[in-house]
Amino acid sequence: MAKAFANSADLKAYRQQLLKTRRTETKTISICAGTGCCASGALKLVDGFHRAVRERGLEREVTVRQTGCHGFCERGPLVVLHPELTLYQRVKGADIAEIIERTIQGGEVVERLLYQDAAGHRFVREDELPFYKNQMRLILAQNGHIDPTSIDDYLAVGGYQALAKVLGKSKPEKVCETIRKSGLRGRGGGGFPAGVKWESCRAAPCPDGVRYIICNADEGDPGAFMDRSIMEGNPHSVIEGMIIGAWAIGFPGRPQGYVYIRNEYPLAVERLGIALEQARRLGLLGKNILGSGLDFDIKINKGGGAFVCGESTALMASIEGFVGEPRAKHIHTVESGLWDKPTNLNNVETWANVPLIIDKGVKWYTGIGTGDVSRDPWGGSKGTKIFALVGKVQNTGLVEVPMGTSLRRIIYDIGGGIPGGKKFKAVQTGGPSGGCLPADKLDLPVDFDALTAAGSMMGSGGMIVMDESTCMVDVARYFTHFLADESCGKCVSCREGLRQLGRILDRICAGEGRPGDLELLESLGRTIRSASLCALGQTATNPLDSTLRYFREEYREHVEDKKCRAGVCRALISFRILADKCTGCMICAKKCPEQAISGEKKKPHVIDQSKCIRCGICRDVCKFDAVVVE
Amino acid sequence: MESKRLQEIVADHGKDPAQLLAILQDIQQEENYLPKETLKELARELGVPLARIYSLATFFSSFSLEPRGKHICTVCLGTACHVRGAPRLVDQVERDFAIKAGETTADRQLTLETVNCVGACALGPLVILDGEYHGNMNTAKLGRVLGSLKKE
Repeated sequence: MAKAFANSADLKAYRQQLLKTRRTETKTISICAGTGCCASGALKLVDGFHRAVRERGLEREVTVRQTGCHGFCERGPLVVLHPELTLYQRVKGADIAEIIERTIQGGEVVERLLYQDAAGHRFVREDELPFYKNQMRLILAQNGHIDPTSIDDYLAVGGYQALAKVLGKSKPEKVCETIRKSGLRGRGGGGFPAGVKWESCRAAPCPDGVRYIICNADEGDPGAFMDRSIMEGNPHSVIEGMIIGAWAIGFPGRPQGYVYIRNEYPLAVERLGIALEQARRLGLLGKNILGSGLDFDIKINKGGGAFVCGESTALMASIEGFVGEPRAKHIHTVESGLWDKPTNLNNVETWANVPLIIDKGVKWYTGIGTGDVSRDPWGGSKGTKIFALVGKVQNTGLVEVPMGTSLRRIIYDIGGGIPGGKKFKAVQTGGPSGGCLPADKLDLPVDFDALTAAGSMMGSGGMIVMDESTCMVDVARYFTHFLADESCGKCVSCREGLRQLGRILDRICAGEGRPGDLELLESLGRTIRSASLCALGQTATNPLDSTLRYFREEYREHVEDKKCRAGVCRALISFRILADKCTGCMICAKKCPEQAISGEKKKPHVIDQSKCIRCGICRDVCKFDAVVVE
Repeated sequence: MESKRLQEIVADHGKDPAQLLAILQDIQQEENYLPKETLKELARELGVPLARIYSLATFFSSFSLEPRGKHICTVCLGTACHVRGAPRLVDQVERDFAIKAGETTADRQLTLETVNCVGACALGPLVILDGEYHGNMNTAKLGRVLGSLKKE
């Protein structure tokens, strides 16, 4: 690695040097090593490929690279061969020799490792897959190409060029203005215009010049993992964004940086730590960065598993070493935040957008997305948004699309629709603060304002698809309990109100719903919303309200008919074995924890309903789909 | 935890009460839980009330005030895992090992924990056994994964 850069000319020269040495590389094997693929055995593959390349003496011609998350997690481990961009999915150790001999050396394609869609069509190139083809990958663009533990890789693809462009060259006020004009809005869910926040923080009185620049990496929304993937796959993009922010907001003062990251993301913590260390060694963090006079460094703080710490004031309390209880924001954190200093907090994805905007310009950026932000930064949603497309959908993974893309395009064109021939029921966006939207909202353009108007919200970008086997009352109950557990307890309305909502929903799901319950839920919900201090309480009833609004009939069935049409609520369902499908293999009888299943070998079995606890194990173990739920 | 080791950890964090969360994480990393005596000593070392340490230790769900088991089974209860049947996995472990989520078996072999999302949603439902991720779980597969523990 080079020695520290004294100025931007040094950085430029180093990059030229890098590009020269890299041109000799012909073939690269990129193995996705994000959390998803690692869970499917990617690290063993990395070792295996290294060994196989070494054994065949191919080190000079072939590079094995461990990259960040490619996004198509469900098909992992993913292996992409460059420069042809051949994508192999669900690769196992046993496939390594064949890939090297047939594809790398022989130039053939291994058919069985290719992605195949529901219609049986096979795809060779990564960029031909419907999953990737219909996306616009800007923030995730480099994830599959660079080694996140190598700053050289990031520099080679143009990393830190945006920083070199502004540091010491553009006036800080000008940089704030650029961000405001770009229409960049907070990707953590709030959708507040980032440039307006930066300008307010810069303008706040601050005698000693200490302003805090925070990256909120406490990605707590269940079902959202884009921030994790950015940090695991391209940590330097976040760091570069933060340094630009430090210049724009804090220069000529003494800005200091923090990344508050979830402890549940060990790999992201590790990769970010490595990236910070590398940036320090090259003089991109520390004193007098690139000769601009800016002194700035970033510290990592790990969270302790509290959802509410994603709220800015709670997060700051936690960094100060106290419990994460939000406070009232009569005085904004941009004026008095962490240790009562002006503090600017943005989310991981927001920070990762910054270098891109600086690099490519406002005109280019505002060409992507909805609305018009030339006069009003609230006038539209610009740029792309990454969604975590999960749940009951064919192609699960990370999807980056321009703001304004319809739900239908995301779920059907990119996601491939619902698996198993089932019917779409709802899509949940925005995590526990968001809502569930039904099929007739599928053509809604996804941006900050359209989702809010429909009773949901963008949130951090979780998108959970639900089919006819998902019970909407159960979903509302799930989120209500989630939030009741995660309520910090400061406001009575949130602490006690959510618990009561949970009890009523428990009752309904247990078949003990009473007339008037739905009205009671609505009235209690109104109180919680209006009497809670922070966004957790104020939006806590969104999952409940949206399901009541769009799926009221399902609630009514639970309360009046004592029926759960999705077959989820245990008290309202029963399992039965279809005599014509049962082969009498006896596996369900053996696995039943309550010995509720009886029958002779090779003859249809029967479930004793008085003993059955409806755990569903029989259905999971049956190889003949003979167990049905009613 | 030995006093000497505690002092080292405290010194690593500059004896700064603002670093309490990080200090507690280091203690739990080594001890597997937060021992009462260590917390009392920590309060004296940093000159902060024990109540403040207790409030942190009970506010953040990743801390445990009780010794945890030799093996830790974590079931992800994120939304994607939930809609794909994660609650049934919790039920199964609770039933098979006669413990509730958050508890440890009497022989200290296994602790059952739940987590709100580990961000591996594409593989849901997900179970983490001793740091190793097992994706696309169902009750039958979980039975096999935990089967080895039952025999120990």
